[in-house]
Amino acid sequence: MTEEIIIAGFGGQGVLSMGKILAYSGIMQEQEVSWMPSYGPEMRGGTANVTVILSDNKVSSPVLHSYDTAIILNQQSLDKFEPNVKPGGLLIYDPNGITRHPEREDIRVFVVEAASEAAKMASAITFNMIVLGAYIKVNPVVELENVIKGLKNSLPERHHHLIPANEKAIQRGMEIVREAK
Amino acid sequence: MGELRLMKGNEAIAEAAILAGVDAYFGYPITPQSEVLEYLTLQRPEERTGMVVLQAESEIAAINMVYGAAGTGKKVMTSSSSPGISLKQEGISYIAGAELPCLIVNVVRGGPGLGTIQPSQADYFQSTKGGGHGDYRLIVLAPASVQEMADFVDKGLELAFKYRNPALILSDGLIGQMMEKVEFPEQKERVTSFDQSWVTTGKTKERERNIITSLNLDPEKQYQHNLKLQEKYRRMKEDIMYETFDCDDAEFLLVAYGSSARICQKAVDEARSSGKKLGLLRPITLFPFPEEVIAKFARQVKGILSVELNAGQMVEDVKLAVNGRIPVYHYGTPGGKIFTPDDILKAIDEKLMGGY
Repeated sequence: MTEEIIIAGFGGQGVLSMGKILAYSGIMQEQEVSWMPSYGPEMRGGTANVTVILSDNKVSSPVLHSYDTAIILNQQSLDKFEPNVKPGGLLIYDPNGITRHPEREDIRVFVVEAASEAAKMASAITFNMIVLGAYIKVNPVVELENVIKGLKNSLPERHHHLIPANEKAIQRGMEIVREAK
Repeated sequence: MGELRLMKGNEAIAEAAILAGVDAYFGYPITPQSEVLEYLTLQRPEERTGMVVLQAESEIAAINMVYGAAGTGKKVMTSSSSPGISLKQEGISYIAGAELPCLIVNVVRGGPGLGTIQPSQADYFQSTKGGGHGDYRLIVLAPASVQEMADFVDKGLELAFKYRNPALILSDGLIGQMMEKVEFPEQKERVTSFDQSWVTTGKTKERERNIITSLNLDPEKQYQHNLKLQEKYRRMKEDIMYETFDCDDAEFLLVAYGSSARICQKAVDEARSSGKKLGLLRPITLFPFPEEVIAKFARQVKGILSVELNAGQMVEDVKLAVNGRIPVYHYGTPGGKIFTPDDILKAIDEKLMGGY
């Protein structure tokens, strides 16, 4: 198994930390992992993205041209990465702020209304965990139990009281994700 | 070995420095390597091992602190990124001339000048051909993973003390910023088992004074000193390191180091799955350079492609090793742009295998 994932959105949406938690979850499941961020000027006010690879084998290139899964959180990222999903691959997106929706018919497209759900849960910081929940529901590359372990490892101890709220958000994401029509 | 951790390459270097029992780190922040100093500061190594961590007022100050501390026989290091490493070159030349061990880390970014903060391998010439003034060489190690970022701290210091010569870890923004699994060794004590007969820690009655200098105005003495240095650089060949992938039956060869070698591995996998007999040679030491291995491959393969994140630097050393026997090409993207495995596959078809 090798799963090559791009997670892309605005800086501040928790894109990089979501990737880190996913990578840690992979380690908990004894997978090989890599986490390669975009860094620098493009992050400041622009788009932030991270490439995460989970594999049963040693990871070769951390830099990729095409992806098994694209997790998309804004319009710019959708425009940039929709063409780079492998045929038969997966695209999950939050429709909040999206004016041009995914158009490809040779990939599976799923919707997670994470921004509006996070507002309902009265906790914007759980936004990225709702998205993560949606992803592991559609493609269970890592088990929920290992994601929780990954959360514990990637959050500093002073934030461990937030783990139950994050877990709830992951479960909410698993419930609300739906295939795009 | 301890628990598995998920870390950036830069953080792994910093943690490895503490665990290797480094006595002092002197640095100055610059993207994309600032996490080294940040991590060291947050870890409070003065409490963990008594290690000194100091943010100097400039790169020039930092390298001269390294020069001074290295003269006492301590394990010392600094790190920076390309423009900062250029500033350090005067000090590095002095340290090489004075034959002192130390570790320098360059997390390369695109140049020339202040350039960009994106990953690059454009400092190959500077690292392997001297960099500062004078006929000197550094021991150059090129890590291709976060694990090697950690491992090469101890390895670099070992080689630096073995040859009394500065060692350089030549990394880049990609390996520095990416996170992978890393496993660390046990904490080493902050004592050194290396030869200390040359250090300047105070003259005793039993011995002559030790002098550390890079100045020698007597032409004959300077000439002899240079011959001794050259002899030392030749001896370093016994520590050449490299790695090969899919080379046994290869008809064409990629040569790449560091992050490029990682990207090439995927290109080789994909080329192999479409029936192309492609291999990859990854030099781990860039100086001493594995020239004899490349010369051997020049008798096996039909052509070599040197793949680098620059406009063509290591390709010159590959050509010297091949010595005209087979065609040698370069593929690269200068200025901080990163190629993908697909780009390399295209270059393989167009350049390397174009005529076959």
